[in-house]
Amino acid sequence: MQASLIANAVRFCGVIACVSTPGLIWSEGPQRIPSTLAPASTSAHQIFDLSLFVTAITGGIFLVVGGLLAFALFKFRARTSDPSGEPAQIYGSSQIELAWTVIPVLIVVVLFLTTARVIFVIQDAPKPKSALDVTVIGHQFWWEFRYPKYGVVTANELHVPVSSGATPEATFLKLTSADVNHSFWIPQLAGKTDLIANHVNTMWMDPQKPGLYLGQCAQFCGSQHAMMLLRVYVDTPEQFDAWIKNQQQSAQHDPTVEAGRKVFEGQACMNCHTVSGTAATGRFGPDLTHLMTRATLASGAMDNTPENLRQWIKSPDTFKRGALMPAMQLNDEQLDHITAYLETLK
Amino acid sequence: MSDYPLPVSHVVDPSTSASERSTLLEKLHGWVVTVDHKRLGILYILYSTFFLLVAGAEALMIRIQLAYPHAHVLSAQVYNRFFTMHGTTMVFLVGMPFLFGFANYIVPLQIGARDMAFPRLNAFSFWMTAFGGFLLYYSFLGGAGLYGVGNAPDVGWFAYAPLTSRSFSPGHATDYWALALIVSGFGTLGTAINIVATVISMRCKGMTLMRMPLFTWLLLVVSMLTLVTITPLTAAQFMLLIDRYLGGHFFDTQAGGSSLIWIHFFWIFGHPEVYVLVLPAFAIANEIIPVFCRKAIFGYPAMVTASVAIMFVSLSVWAHHMFTVGMTSVSNAFFTLSTMLVGVPTGIKIFNWIATLWGGRIRFTTPMLFCIGFLFQFLIAGLTGIMLSVSPWDWQLHNSYSVIAHFHYVLVGAIVFCIFAGIYYWYPKATGRLMNETLGKWHFWLFAIGFHITFDTMHFLGLLGMPRSIYTYQPDRGWNFLNLVVSVGGMIQGVAVLIFAYNFLVSYWRGEVASDDPWDAWTLEWTTSSPPPVYNFEEEPEVHSRRPLWDLKHPDDPDWDYES
Repeated sequence: MQASLIANAVRFCGVIACVSTPGLIWSEGPQRIPSTLAPASTSAHQIFDLSLFVTAITGGIFLVVGGLLAFALFKFRARTSDPSGEPAQIYGSSQIELAWTVIPVLIVVVLFLTTARVIFVIQDAPKPKSALDVTVIGHQFWWEFRYPKYGVVTANELHVPVSSGATPEATFLKLTSADVNHSFWIPQLAGKTDLIANHVNTMWMDPQKPGLYLGQCAQFCGSQHAMMLLRVYVDTPEQFDAWIKNQQQSAQHDPTVEAGRKVFEGQACMNCHTVSGTAATGRFGPDLTHLMTRATLASGAMDNTPENLRQWIKSPDTFKRGALMPAMQLNDEQLDHITAYLETLK
Repeated sequence: MSDYPLPVSHVVDPSTSASERSTLLEKLHGWVVTVDHKRLGILYILYSTFFLLVAGAEALMIRIQLAYPHAHVLSAQVYNRFFTMHGTTMVFLVGMPFLFGFANYIVPLQIGARDMAFPRLNAFSFWMTAFGGFLLYYSFLGGAGLYGVGNAPDVGWFAYAPLTSRSFSPGHATDYWALALIVSGFGTLGTAINIVATVISMRCKGMTLMRMPLFTWLLLVVSMLTLVTITPLTAAQFMLLIDRYLGGHFFDTQAGGSSLIWIHFFWIFGHPEVYVLVLPAFAIANEIIPVFCRKAIFGYPAMVTASVAIMFVSLSVWAHHMFTVGMTSVSNAFFTLSTMLVGVPTGIKIFNWIATLWGGRIRFTTPMLFCIGFLFQFLIAGLTGIMLSVSPWDWQLHNSYSVIAHFHYVLVGAIVFCIFAGIYYWYPKATGRLMNETLGKWHFWLFAIGFHITFDTMHFLGLLGMPRSIYTYQPDRGWNFLNLVVSVGGMIQGVAVLIFAYNFLVSYWRGEVASDDPWDAWTLEWTTSSPPPVYNFEEEPEVHSRRPLWDLKHPDDPDWDYES
């Protein structure tokens, strides 16, 4: 009861502070604002509750100490009516010093023990047998997601199953990097974990409401760090199964876009990108086998529309200067063909 | 050409009547070759004021770019250079030189010494620091990058490997960054050695360690901490250069190296560095608060103990910058605890300052106003520091704007406020003139208001999931209005700093002439003339308590009757 009162008070203050977007920050489910104040998984909830506790204690300290300071400044201001000469000189008091050493130590003990509990609960949580494994590999400036059990490889948009009371479904991530350091952060679902080359980290989440959760890279990784956006789709079990089934398929063969496929395989595109079931097996860039199932291009830099796709291929610098995809100097006809081809990769 | 001769020709031409010009050159020459601690102190202050304006301008450019989503004021590349240079400049070319400037000027005067222990080392250190700063900024011209044009370091001020390797940072910008910090680091080490030696061996008669002014005590602590702190950074920079040019693999993850080693090295430097910067700020507050509330500092021995405790504890907290790199739960718990423990000695300091104010007669002059701002802001910074030490919460807040807000509360709200306080306080001693009080109050209020508009708001941006180091953001994330507010606050601070710069310059010629002791203060620097003569004191002073001028002004009630 008390905790929920505090929670509501904090939320109220937050709403006041964020007048630009009232109502959006606090909704329980997925939302456009990647707010740490709207947790939607077990660990995010635990962190949020802990943060309320810490805020209550530090806020109390602030009120007491700040209040004393303000009072002293007001009460002991110099006045013209002051008697001449200096005020009484006081040099200190061992008892008082001892008191204000011991009290903070006790507060630290309480805060530490509460925190330690949450550290161990979250970080050392046992992995259930049924947990989904996903390997996350950071690249300049996009995300690679591999589902080893299903043989699925995709990019930038992670799909995980929802975890409900009846069917708890945790997703365990293994994180590493292909180049520089990155950090995986979906504030509503979990705290961030860094992706470091030559080093594997782990984290887990069990999102409780289906929908789209947003985040982005949280460790500066180079010129387009800001455009290394991250989308996590939390699917119902049926949606997730259907998505996995589709991702497991090889690319569709559509004879009407043969010309586009020739451009793709005749240029350097296939050196970096994979389209399964074809000659294209490059691994430097995102897997394009099911490109059209993704809502965005270039790690969220733009919506996945035919117009944007064509422009992106023509000149990646327009959207994301510093992205490692080169402009291939294609002519308009080639661009039309290749866009048409990629549009069939559903 | 002949009708526009170089100034030097005036000097060698004996027929010229403009003798003043040659005087100017002689004056300049005098400043360049000086080994006088007061002149070097002033050089440090001028140097860091210059870079404060430069790095402040960079911050404003950053804020203009972030004022609205998808802005195109700066390109991604230029933005990354600006935030890297802003951070590097503020820490290495503004914060530390400012504090060493104060130390250089004030410490020998406060302990009744003729000069620093090693005057030539002192000059060498300043010029090394200055050279490091200009080397860093030369990278804008000389750091030819990928496209053959000039550029500057763009790897963030903490420059995490392997982004700094030649594969990911071609060109020479990163080399300038590493070399500049090595060079200025040697300057810093020289000054630190010098201050330690000076305080240990040059104190005047009667000045035992426990009678030293707290300013000097804290600078002693800071200098010892600096010696331990700068060395790992310098070592790491050498390792980085070895990686880049001699085929080393310390941080080369493609060849079995470790990014984590760099991160450890950097924060073993980086966190004590925060205390290297903030302890001198405490030092300034320790001088100003008692004088303007007309009372002795409360709990002097506790203040000394707390400072030394902070020095030791600060060496064991570095990995709280690393809660997200995948340490074990036990390590995370350890660094949570050690970080929270810093709150105890810093809390003691705040309580002692409040107790000093208690029962005083507080005069709200400009230096005191800045110290009061410092007290409030440092209290908040300490409490948000406790929040960040809670490692699970830090998994959310790390690298978000909440962290930016927290450390700017320390670096600006505490340190810059105290630097301003110190400048207003000691300006009359160094120049013989007071800075203008009216402009000073305008400066304080505008700066304080701008500061709170900017940095209070930033905390909420972090809670709403905005990461640091991004050159732009998506318009649908709910961050637009708050970012605009932050930028407006930044501009207000910019105006305030311009008022300060004007006041700082103009008061030198037009300021009210100051007496030797304009604030009715108690430490030795106020016994000599303003500005002090080259030799500081006509005869070596002798002290019998912590406040020699109090004893002089109140012979019937001297301090030594009460001090324990």
